[in-house]
Amino acid sequence: MNTINGIVDWFSDSAHWHGSDGVPARFVEHVELSAIALAIVVVVALPVALWLGHVRKGGFLAVNVSNVGRAVPTFAVLTLLALTSLGVSNLSVVLALVLFGIPPVLTNAYVGVREVDQQTVEAARGMGMTGLQQLRRVELPLAVPLVLNGVRLAAVQIVATTTIASLVAGPGLGRIIQEGFATQNQPELESGALLVVVLALLVEGGFAWLQRVVDPVRRARARTPKPPSGGEQGRPAEPSLVAAASFVGGDADTPETIS
Amino acid sequence: MNLRTGDCLQANSWVCAKFISTRSDELMSALEQHVVLTVETVLIALAISLPLAIAVRGSRRGTGVVLGLSTALYTVPSLALFGLLVPITGLRPATVIVGLVLYSLTILIRNVLTGLEKVPTDVVEAARGMGMGKLRILLTVELPLALPSIFAGIRVATVSTVALATIGYLIGEGGLGNLIHEGLTNYFKAEVLTASVLCVVLAVAFDALLVSVQYLVTPWARKRHR
Repeated sequence: MNTINGIVDWFSDSAHWHGSDGVPARFVEHVELSAIALAIVVVVALPVALWLGHVRKGGFLAVNVSNVGRAVPTFAVLTLLALTSLGVSNLSVVLALVLFGIPPVLTNAYVGVREVDQQTVEAARGMGMTGLQQLRRVELPLAVPLVLNGVRLAAVQIVATTTIASLVAGPGLGRIIQEGFATQNQPELESGALLVVVLALLVEGGFAWLQRVVDPVRRARARTPKPPSGGEQGRPAEPSLVAAASFVGGDADTPETIS
Repeated sequence: MNLRTGDCLQANSWVCAKFISTRSDELMSALEQHVVLTVETVLIALAISLPLAIAVRGSRRGTGVVLGLSTALYTVPSLALFGLLVPITGLRPATVIVGLVLYSLTILIRNVLTGLEKVPTDVVEAARGMGMGKLRILLTVELPLALPSIFAGIRVATVSTVALATIGYLIGEGGLGNLIHEGLTNYFKAEVLTASVLCVVLAVAFDALLVSVQYLVTPWARKRHR
């Protein structure tokens, strides 16, 4: 009960809602840095992953980069960067965020394109599509569930890593938790933790929603009226493809990272 | 950068042999704490997740609840999780272990469930046809066949735990993380780099060890690769 009272008191103290270390300012910092990092990750890693998946090369690299990312402590990388000449700046924090956001995008997008049924791709080639057309019009739409899965994992990872950045005096909501720990102020650290959890769950939920809404195969199926049973207009190949692709995503061998 | 003389300490070099030789005791004890923390975490998580996964796998609702909870928990950043545990477990080392166990649990439960699900039904039916009871099927047929997936989970859980444990320094139980934090406060580059590299080496060593153990306990999986 004391805990809840402490948290309620902390949140109702207007001093925590103003200034550069108030909740709104910290929240904006957190979201801003995370969004910038995620944008860089998508721009840098996605084309590489899609192309590698298309030419079906570099699988070892694309899959193992996630394993490497998991073994490297985010706290260590942030500390190392803080001790370089970059110091603790938005630049060094974003650099660390990008480093930890790249692996999930790379791995998932690669696997997504790679797992597209080769017969489908060959049919596209038979229709005279060039490599880029095959990628853009056949492989990418079918790989969307896994591509977005990678982006979602990267977003969650980045938000978590931004939180850790507070341990090297970086910006963001983690600062509230870190200060709570440093001064043994339990209501403060609990309130900060609560804010971070809410943000993380919002990001996760938002991307999960996006994943459902954007999937072109799902949308196409929602648009076309149900085919009559045994009708020749059905699209039997696609549902099973999607099922196969999402199975790879949820598979035990390609798990997510935590930070 | 002179590695041989004591200059590297004064010059605050990233790589410093003298640091390693003069502070080897401290490095070793931090490493030991890290190893103990990791092994304890994974063993406790395994002891909880195996029975839990087996208990819920029959019920669709049970699996849904467990998987949903574990996904949500997985999303929570470690720093926030430790923060939320403080009112329950206090500012003491146990908080670190509880937090690490929770993360490992989410990985392991998922993998145990996937592993058991992947066991071909005809194999289970053949075992039943041979007159095996439920428990015997579980122990001698299903669990062994689920081992590759379970091991994949143990590997991920172990490697993640090694990396995550560094944050434990906040409550004085971070193993190598204590040294990274100390190096940060003293602006001591060699200490930070050495402890960070040891962390990664430890994770890789654990992973290699688990791969060899898996190779030894799943002889049937070897032949297929030839």
